[in-house]
Order: sequence, then structure tokens, then C-alpha cells
Amino acid sequence: MLLLRLFLVALFTAGIAALGAGTASAQPEETGPTEQVLGTLQTSRSGPIEGVQVTVTTADGDEVDEVETDEEGRWAVEVPGPGQYVVTIDADDLPDTVELAGEDNRTVTVDEGRRQAVIIGLEDGSRGSGGGTVRAVQLLVDGIRFGLLIAMAAVGLSLIFGTTGLTNFAHGELVTIGAIAAWYVNVQGGVSLIPATIIAMVVGAAVGAISELGLWRPLRRRGTGLVAALVISIGLSLLLRYLIQIVYGGRSSPYDFPTGRAVDYGLFTLTNRSLASIIISIVVLVLVAVMLQRTKIGKAMRAVSDNRDLAASSGIDVNRVILVVWMMGGALAALGGVLLGLSDQVQWDMGFRLLLLMFAGVTLGGLGTAYGALVGSLIVGVFVQMSTLVIPNDVKYVGGLLLLIVILVIRPQGILGSRARIG
Amino acid sequence: MGDLLNALAVAGKSALGFQAIFFALLAVGINVQFGYAGLLNFGQIAFALLGGFGIAISVSQWGLPFWVGVLVGLLAAVVLALLLGLPTLRLRADYLAIATIATAEGLRLLFRSVSATPVTNGTRGLSAFNGDFIGLAPWATNERYRILGTTWSGGELWVALVGWVIVVLSGLLIWALMRSPWGRVLKSIREDEDAVRSLGKNVYVYKMQALVLGGILGALGGMVYAVGTGSAVPDQYQNANTFLAYAALILGGAARVLGPVVGAMILLFILQFADTGLRLLIDNGIIPEGLLSSTDVAQIRFVLVGVGLMLLLIFRPQGIFGDRREVMLDAR
Repeated sequence: MLLLRLFLVALFTAGIAALGAGTASAQPEETGPTEQVLGTLQTSRSGPIEGVQVTVTTADGDEVDEVETDEEGRWAVEVPGPGQYVVTIDADDLPDTVELAGEDNRTVTVDEGRRQAVIIGLEDGSRGSGGGTVRAVQLLVDGIRFGLLIAMAAVGLSLIFGTTGLTNFAHGELVTIGAIAAWYVNVQGGVSLIPATIIAMVVGAAVGAISELGLWRPLRRRGTGLVAALVISIGLSLLLRYLIQIVYGGRSSPYDFPTGRAVDYGLFTLTNRSLASIIISIVVLVLVAVMLQRTKIGKAMRAVSDNRDLAASSGIDVNRVILVVWMMGGALAALGGVLLGLSDQVQWDMGFRLLLLMFAGVTLGGLGTAYGALVGSLIVGVFVQMSTLVIPNDVKYVGGLLLLIVILVIRPQGILGSRARIG
Repeated sequence: MGDLLNALAVAGKSALGFQAIFFALLAVGINVQFGYAGLLNFGQIAFALLGGFGIAISVSQWGLPFWVGVLVGLLAAVVLALLLGLPTLRLRADYLAIATIATAEGLRLLFRSVSATPVTNGTRGLSAFNGDFIGLAPWATNERYRILGTTWSGGELWVALVGWVIVVLSGLLIWALMRSPWGRVLKSIREDEDAVRSLGKNVYVYKMQALVLGGILGALGGMVYAVGTGSAVPDQYQNANTFLAYAALILGGAARVLGPVVGAMILLFILQFADTGLRLLIDNGIIPEGLLSSTDVAQIRFVLVGVGLMLLLIFRPQGIFGDRREVMLDAR
């Protein structure tokens, strides 16, 4: 996902047309205390490129600093202040298989307080060597990965809506909390990512349970209206999001987990971590489906979702079911957050940005239905990634949000929703 | 003591400055939609963005006169309201909420994208479009004036004066409208949509009119903000600002003419006071740097607004002036 994104960024900026060509690229820019230029040298085939000399000079030609890329292919140089800088890489340091796609330098303008990403186009010789990927297939696979991730985070959102009627705008923060909890355990605590993820899921479930027991259940008892509850969830979302920014900061940082090279599967390439992300999502979603179909609590969830009063009068403990839904939703959102952090790095507002795509997925599938959330999210994920075939990469989310509005015009109840729900 | 007085003065200035006007106009717009008609517009900031960029693009990029820019901004807001309302106003409230918040985020991403750079100048935004307007000021705009312990530039004063005139005029308009039959229909839609429909009123059209009117007010707010800061940058129009305006509205009292205006002033006063106060406490070492650094203070305002919104809706949904019976706040 990251590689592909970088590839597309370079396609767009440097105008490389060859399929399978790699790029030297960078994380998106973000604010930090001082000005910095930074980037990552990697291509889809060679993986990160280590030991390439990167020289940064001012526009007048005075050298600022000279660094080498680390084993992740990353480099960063602090610059003395805002202004124009020239970044040059030493082409002789590149591995034999990798060549420059264009010039060996780029001129960038650094704004005050910004960390400016620098993109230098690289080619890894896959052009004409027969190992090229078909871009549409590549995007489809990537879209499926992204869609499954959205689905996992969105199942909880949809079930919470189904069982309580609450449109939970704070659900994105559950995603962020999961990703950040795993980041602290993984990077600060030095625990490897898999146990860190499990800890994050426990944290997610706990946060879900706390918000149900501490906030939403008392509010339901008070008879708070649905719109009031919705605005309260927005307040909660703001509170959590900016608390996270204060604690974690505005930076974006990766997990301590090997990047690995992309493996060629003929029509598409996939890094092992993306493959793992797809497999984990599928396994978890199948487990959720089996639970909803087969187990007592799963059936109870669907019953409460379908008709709360009827479920209550059949002897189902509605409050207990809702608590389980919150815990499950929190854990799944946390897992989704970790997977998102794995592909896109961990950021304080990652969950909020995903929330809008979750809404798109859930609305497309039908608000309140668990399977609808799954189908809808998959479609949204694939749509968002595939849309980069025609629209630039940095506006691909806009495509997803546009899809949401189109759905509302054509079929507001969603694919699996029932007409009665939309009132 | 001197520090405290200074903090109060700074907070007072921000409660009267163009930022308060910005939030007041956003909140007056939301009041029409949410307070009177019961519509959940969570994308009010998108209208402000269109207002601000309407002027900025028209003047800086197309070389049109300032007042044509104002018209462009207002027109863009009307078009957006129609586009948003068309699909969503027949559905339940939360669909409009989701669609509007998605639109606001989408528009911001679009305006800051690389492909939009030829028009909007991407993340850096546009500037130098308010010269014509500032030039209209009857006093010297480059001099500084001392008012209530703070200094204002002549330009700031002029923007604030015109801004408050707009707020007062829009307040009068809302007051008159809500006394009219149109306003009564709007309020009854909020109370019971089906009852209004059974009386032969076209609910859809009324809702659409409320959405458009609120959107125009939001665009005016965005214009005041853009002219006040002298620049239009897409990232100034973050989604969280919509909820600052909601907080202002609910604090003051929804479905009241003065509610959003007073709410915006109080909110800005509280936020600025907390901001200056916290910075002072950090500088003096009363709050240790490890707990909260001065760069974190900017985020505190959103934390405060989040807490404030929750507490208000749980304990006092009618705010300062509102009537509890009028803000039942239930989904339909």
C-alpha cells in the first residue's frame, strides 16, 4: 500500500509512465517544531535502499548537510529555516538494479515549521523485463486490502448504530487509540508488533466498554435524544482527538516492524505486511460472521439490532448485548487502526479521516446491518484505490466521499438495508 | 495581577474581533438550520471555505473586483446547499449530518490538493485580496489604536466594525423571519414534520430554504475570516471549526436570535482566556513543561470545546437563553 502510494505519487509528480517502476519518496509533510527536509529511497522491487548519500544545499549552493539513508531507506536533514533548498542524491550509491528516473536533484520550498517531503523518481528496471504489474489489478488488490481494513473498523460502528441508534462520530478515535496504544507498546515499550496488537485490541475493547458504561448507558437511561447523543459523540471525538494530539504529538511515525520487499505475484506485487493485513482481516471478519450466525450472543446482537423491544421481551438482556457490541467494536477498530498504521504510519487524526470512509461504507451497505458494513466498506476501499486510475492520488478520498453522496441519491437505504430504516 | 488583567484584555479583544464574528455568523447559520428547522448540517465550514475562497480566487487569481468576489462566494454557497440538500433532505437527520461532514472534508482536501494548486495555490493558499475592502475604511488603516488595554490595527477595527454590522443585520433578519409565517412553519417542521406535511406544506422546500439561508450566512462568516486574516488557506477551514460553532450555538441557546451571537463571544472569550492563561502558567513554571508545553496549548481549545459540548448537552441542552421545550433534540 505504502509502496504503491509512493509509486503513484511519483507517477504523478515525476511523470514516470513505466509500470512497476519504483520511486524514491517520502512521508506526507507534517508540522514539527523545526524545518526539515526528509524522504525515503525505495522501489517496489529492491525494497528500501540503504547507504545512498543525500546532499542538501541552499538555493545559493551552500551545503547544509550530507547524510546517508538508513536501512529503511529513510533520510532527514534539519535545515536552518524556511526557504528554498536543493536535494541531491548520489546516483553512484544506488544498487545496480536501480536507476534514476529523471534528474538526481530536486528543488523544494520549505515553509516555516514544516517538514517537507522530497520525492526523487527512481526506476528499478522492471520496465520491459516482463515482470511488470497491471496497474488496475494492483489497485484492485490494494483496494481489497484497504476495504477489508475499513470493514473491520466499521462493523462495530454499524452494530452500535443498529443496537442503540447512535451515530457514533467518536468511532474514528477508537481506531486511533488502537493504533497509538500499539505504537507505544511496540516502539516505546520494545514489544514486538503482534503482542502489541493484541494489547491494543484489549485497550480498544476496554475503551469501548468504558464509554458504554460511563457515558452511553447513563445517557440512555436519562432518555437523551438521538441528535443530542450524536452531538455528544462529536464532543467526545473532539476531546479524544486533541488529547491524543497533545499526548502523541502531530508527527507521523511507523511501527518498529521490518518493511520487506514486494513479492511479485505476476499480475500484481504485494509486500508481506500487506498480505498479512489481508489475511488477518479476512480471518477476523469470517470469525465475526460465524459469531453473528452461530453463537448465542451473535444471534442476540442481530435480534437487538433488528428490533430492540421485541428482543427485550424475548428475554434478551439488551444492555449486556450492547456492552458486548461496544467491546467488540472497540477491539475491531483497534485492530483496524494497527493495520492502517502499518500501511500509512501512525498519526493523531488517522481515525477521523478513516471515519468518513467508514460512514461511506456503512451507508453504502445499509446503516445498522453488520454484513452491509462489510460489503459497503469493501466497495468503498476498492473504489477509492481504483479511482486513482483517473484522478490524482491526493484527492482519492474525495472520490470516496463523492461516492457516499451518490449513494444517498440513488439508494439511501444501502445495498442490504431496508427502506423502513431511513425514515 | 497585571498578567491577569492583560489576559482578560486579550480575551476581550478576541471576543470582539473578527474570529468571534466568524463563529457568530457560522453559528447564526447553524441556528437557522439546526435550531429552527432541526437540520443537522455538520459541514458549515465548507460554506465558509467557499465564501473565503470565493473572494480570494476571484480577486487574486481572476483579477475581478472585490464585490464580484463576494457575489461569487455567496453563489457558490447557494449551489453547495442545493447540491447537498437535494439528495439528503428527504432522509433522516443523520444522513444529512454524514453527507455534510463528508463534503466539508472532501472540499478541504480538494482545495489543498496538488491538482487544485493553479486555482487555490494548494496548501499555501491565497493572499492579498482584501486591499480594496480595507481601503474603504474611513480612518488610517496602518495606524494602531489602543482600546480597552489592547492594540488594534486600523484594518482590524474596520473588519470588526463591518463584521458586527453584518451580524446585527443577520440577527434582525432572523428575528423578522422567525416572527413570520415562514418561520412558524420552519419551527413546526422541527417539532413534527408529518403534521406540517398533513397541513399541505411542502416540507422539502422549507428545509431547502433553511439550508440555503444558513449556508449563505456561513459563507459570509468565511468572508469575514478571510478578509480579517488577509489570507485564505484550505487548512484554516478544518472540520473542527464547525463544532466550535455548534458549541457557540448550544452555549448561547439554540432557537434564539441572540443565542449564537452571545455564545460565540463567550466561547471565544473563554478559549482565548484559557489560551493566554495556560501560556502564562507554563512560562512562569507553575505548570511543568513536561506536563503541558506551550505548543500543546493550541490543542487545548478543542479539548475544552469537546468537554463543553458534552457537558452542555447532558446537563443544559438549552444553553444560556434557550427554552428546554424548544430543544428536544431528537432524531427524525
